[in-house]
This record gives sequence, structure tokens and C-alpha cells, in this order.
Amino acid sequence: MTTLRIRGLSRAFGEVTAVENVDLDIPDGKLVCLLGPSGCGKTTLLRLVAGLEVPTAGQILVDGVDQSRIPAHKRGFGMVFQSLALFPHLTVAENVAYPLRIRGSGRAACEARADELLELVQLPNVRNRRIHQLSGGQRQRVAIARALAIDPTLFLLDEPLSALDAKLREHMQIELRMLQQKLGITTIVVTHDQREAMAMADLVVVMDRGRVLQTGSPIEIYREPADSFIAAFIGTSNLVRCRRIAADAVRVFGRRVSVPEARTRQIAVGAEGMLSIRPEDVVVETHVGDDGFEGVVEFIRDLGASVEVSVSVHGLRILSVTTPKDRPAVEVGQPAGIRFHTGRVVVTAP
Amino acid sequence: MSSRPEQPGSWPLALFPAAALIVFFIIPFAIMLAVSFFRRIEGGFFEPSFDLANYLRFLSPFFGKILLTSLSLSAGAAAIVVAIAFPFTYIVSRMARRAQTMVLVFVLSVLSLSEVIIGFAWSTLLSRTAGIGNLFVWVGLTDAPQAYTPSLAALVVGLVYLGFPYAVLTIYPSVSRLDPELPEAARMSGASPVAAFLSVTLPVMRRTITGALILVFVFTLGAYLLPQVLGRPRHWTLSVHITDQAIFQSNLPFAAAMAMFLLLVSLALVGLSLAAGADRERRR
Repeated sequence: MTTLRIRGLSRAFGEVTAVENVDLDIPDGKLVCLLGPSGCGKTTLLRLVAGLEVPTAGQILVDGVDQSRIPAHKRGFGMVFQSLALFPHLTVAENVAYPLRIRGSGRAACEARADELLELVQLPNVRNRRIHQLSGGQRQRVAIARALAIDPTLFLLDEPLSALDAKLREHMQIELRMLQQKLGITTIVVTHDQREAMAMADLVVVMDRGRVLQTGSPIEIYREPADSFIAAFIGTSNLVRCRRIAADAVRVFGRRVSVPEARTRQIAVGAEGMLSIRPEDVVVETHVGDDGFEGVVEFIRDLGASVEVSVSVHGLRILSVTTPKDRPAVEVGQPAGIRFHTGRVVVTAP
Repeated sequence: MSSRPEQPGSWPLALFPAAALIVFFIIPFAIMLAVSFFRRIEGGFFEPSFDLANYLRFLSPFFGKILLTSLSLSAGAAAIVVAIAFPFTYIVSRMARRAQTMVLVFVLSVLSLSEVIIGFAWSTLLSRTAGIGNLFVWVGLTDAPQAYTPSLAALVVGLVYLGFPYAVLTIYPSVSRLDPELPEAARMSGASPVAAFLSVTLPVMRRTITGALILVFVFTLGAYLLPQVLGRPRHWTLSVHITDQAIFQSNLPFAAAMAMFLLLVSLALVGLSLAAGADRERRR
């Protein structure tokens, strides 16, 4: 049972504030993804939790105990580093058992635990190899096994899959998530890949410029982004300038459009904002309907599993994604109409 | 070892290093080898012959002891130098870029000091009249100033000072390329900073450390002034005796024979230590 509470945590490097006044609650056994562009402070936040950085202010409470005065090697956490940081002078089994050996466990205990862990990460028959003899995916598993060697109270991963190619990466995301759920270990993963965060996390923490912008389940963040930055960062979004003209209506492309109040309330009535429309919520038609907008088809991409149609509306490129089955009968260069599901759009601060 | 296919037309490029090696190394070495078998003419120079007397003269307890003194002095100095230079360089490589440059420039400037200057500077510093002994009296550590030179300790200090910048410059490139996450991974695995250094950083840097040890060992083996300035006659190394024979006794054949011997022994030691390292590597 490990719950993590972060209160008012800040870290400044001279003039630069890498992490600014972060509050965060991580419930027991959950996987949290710290998500943001590079330089947003997510890695610094993870390193603060790990004890590899010293906070300039704030508290890190693990099960209510403040960690600030506990050095990294006494916190009992496990960490997977971006470079993996496997020890080149040791064998696979020695790497995995290193945390036990350094704590003074005997040779037999170390070897037994190493075998157990290598089985857990599905990496049998390589125990006596050297690190440079392993593939990228195998190294990944060794790093995970080493981090889990002492049954850590917290499992920390810094861009753990960034060295793998796209296909292996998706595979490892699923495997890592299954392993985490099997062990029920409280986990923090740092990533800049929103798909990775969506695929693995119970809770996504979106960060930018050292601050937490939004915390929520992946689908919450996707469906109700708190601002246009998040809307654009998480998945793809069409962002259209708009003005909230009533509790349940906005003016967009010079016309009034009804939007449920729950989806407009992020900005005040009368204020300017951004209407975020997901590509899968845009419908392209050959004719312009009553609730549609007129535009010109710019390009069509057949991607096999999906079709992308881009329509220029009032000079703005609006992207639509649909299944091949629903492919609209439009041609590049011809006029077309677009509609969107107003129940699924969201009005955000600009 | 990867073998690259020969690039057509690239062989003239190989002529340059080959020529440099022949002119500046092989020919002088051959001359020295030849001279080592020549016969010395009393009161004169030497005449060509094939005489093993120079080598046989060397195989005596007297010169054996000198050889042993030379080797152990250099080995000891190399060990001390690397023991200081490795942590020093490691800490420097973790400092800000600007500070690193400043320290390295300072270390480089020490290289511009010749053995003569280093020898006499230390000889003054360790002397009774103008040395640190006066400082100790002033602080209250000792009652009267004392001379710390000539002595074995003074000689070792001088050799360490001489070899230190070479060790730093050998160690710096690989230490600064060391993945900073390696010691951090050790910390997160439960190792204290010291334990992380000993169990991860040092073993990972083993090759670099061996390289620095060999460099300083071979370099200090050639020191012939420091033993005379800072040491007592019993600390005189083979290099001192070679100089003595070549310059003051005008016995070039014997000096050449001793130089050959020193060369062979140090080559053998370097080869042995490299082989030991390679063997350890293979067994893992």
C-alpha cells in the first residue's frame, strides 16, 4: 500500500524554475503518466520524487511520511532510466540482483531472486550474458527487472520506452501495464508521447513550463481538455477561434452554433475562446447542410484503416478522420460541406 | 576488431606515418641497439664490435637493485597519481562547463613546467630555510623548521606532481562521457554515493584507469633529474645511472645496454598488465 502526496513542490535551477508549486495525489496501485513536451519539468518532478534532485520548496509524502530528508538510496524506490543505465561490467543476472547485493544479500539469495525476476519480465536464458549482447527490448526488460528487485514502494520510469522502435514500443506499453497491474505497484511514468500515456495510465498529468495544467483519466483529458494547448497536445484537434455568446452557444465562423453548456463553461459568456473539435467528430459531405459550413477539399489521404479528408473553411484547415466505409464522395479541389457533433466539442481558453 | 576494405589509392597516405616512424623511432633505436654491443675505448669513445660485456655487467646485484628501485618508485608514483587524479577528474567532469575549462587549463599549464623547474621548486618548498617547515612552526605544529628533502617522500611528491596532469588528461575524456545515469541507477538501487562510486563508476572505468597507470608509470620511469634533486643516492633510478654513464663516464655502450634493458622490462610489464586486463574481460 503506497500513496503519494505532493504538496507545493518547486525546484529552481538558478533563474529557471523547472517545477513550480506542484500538488499531486497518486492513489495506491495506480499508474500515473507525467505528460508534456520536452523541458516541461516532468523529468525534474520524477527526479524530485526519486531523491535525485533536492526541492527548493514543498513536500513529498509517501504514506504520510515526508521524504525530503531521506537520501535517494534509502527511499526504497525502483527506477528505470531513460538511458536504462544498465551496468556494462556485470552480467544480466548480476545487474538484476545488484540492488540485493548492495544491501548485503548472499549469493544464493541474489541468484534465486534474479531468476525469479527474469521470469517475471519474460526474459529467460540470458542470465549470464553481458548487456552489450542483448537487443533493445531485452535491455528494457533487464532494466525493469532491476528496478523491481527489492519490491519497491514506488516504481518510477523516465521515458522508459523511448529507445525502442514504434512496434516494439506499443508491445512493451501493454506488457508494462499488465505487469504493473499484476504487481499492483504505485507507478509514475514520464513520457512525451501522448499515445503512450493514453495506452498505459490510470491518471494523466499534463505539464507545461513546470506547472500541472490538467490531471484526469486519459479519456477525460482527451474529451475535455482544459485549454487549447492540451487539446492540441493530446491527440489531434481542430482549433477554431470562437466567442461564447450565451450559456449554451458560441459564435464560430461568423455563425451561432449551439453547444451544451457543460462544454462551454470553461470560459465566461462574452469571452473569446477556442473551439476544439476532434477529427473523428467532423463529418464531410458533398452538400452543405443547414447546420454545416462551406469549404473546399484540400487533400484526401487513404491510410487503409482510416481516411483523412482536409477541408479549407474560411481559410482554416479542418481535418476529418473517418472509416473507409464512411468515406465521403468528394474530390480534391471541389466544394464540400462540414458538420461536427456539437455534443462532443469543447470550448477552451485560448 | 573490424577490418575495413582497402580504399584504392589510400596507400600513399600510409607512407607518412611509416616514414616518420622509421626516421624518428626505428633508426635511432637501431643505432642504440648496435651501440649497446660496441666496445668502449678507455679515455676515448667506442669502436664497433659484438660484445655482450655491457649486458653481463648489468646482471649484477648492484644494478638489479637499481632496476627494482626504478620500477617500484614509478609503480608507486603511478598508483598514487591515479588514486588522486581519478576522483579529482571525476568531480571536475561533474562541474559547470566554465569551471571545467578553467581547471583543465590550469592542469595543462602545469605541463609547461619542465622536470628541472618542478624539481628545484619542490626542493625549495621542502627545504629547511625557505620551506613549508617554517609554515608548520608558525602554525605551531613543530618546534623548529626541518628539511624534508632529500628523502624518498620528497622524491615521490615530485614524481606525483610530474605525472598528475598526464593522468588527468588521460582520464578526463572517458569520465566526461560516462553516462551520469549509471551512478544514479546505483543510488536508486540502494547504493550510497561512495558505494555507487566503488561498485559502478570505478569498474566501468577500469580500462581508462589501467591506461592512466601505464602512462604515468612509463613517464616517471624516464625521470632522471628528480631523483638527483629530491632523492638520496640510494633512490637514484636507472635513468639517473644511464645519464651518468652516457654523459659523465662517457660509456655510451653501457648506457645503451641499460636503456635497452629498461625498455624491455617496462614493455614486458605493460604487456603483462594489458594481458591481465584482457583476460579478466574475457572471463566475464
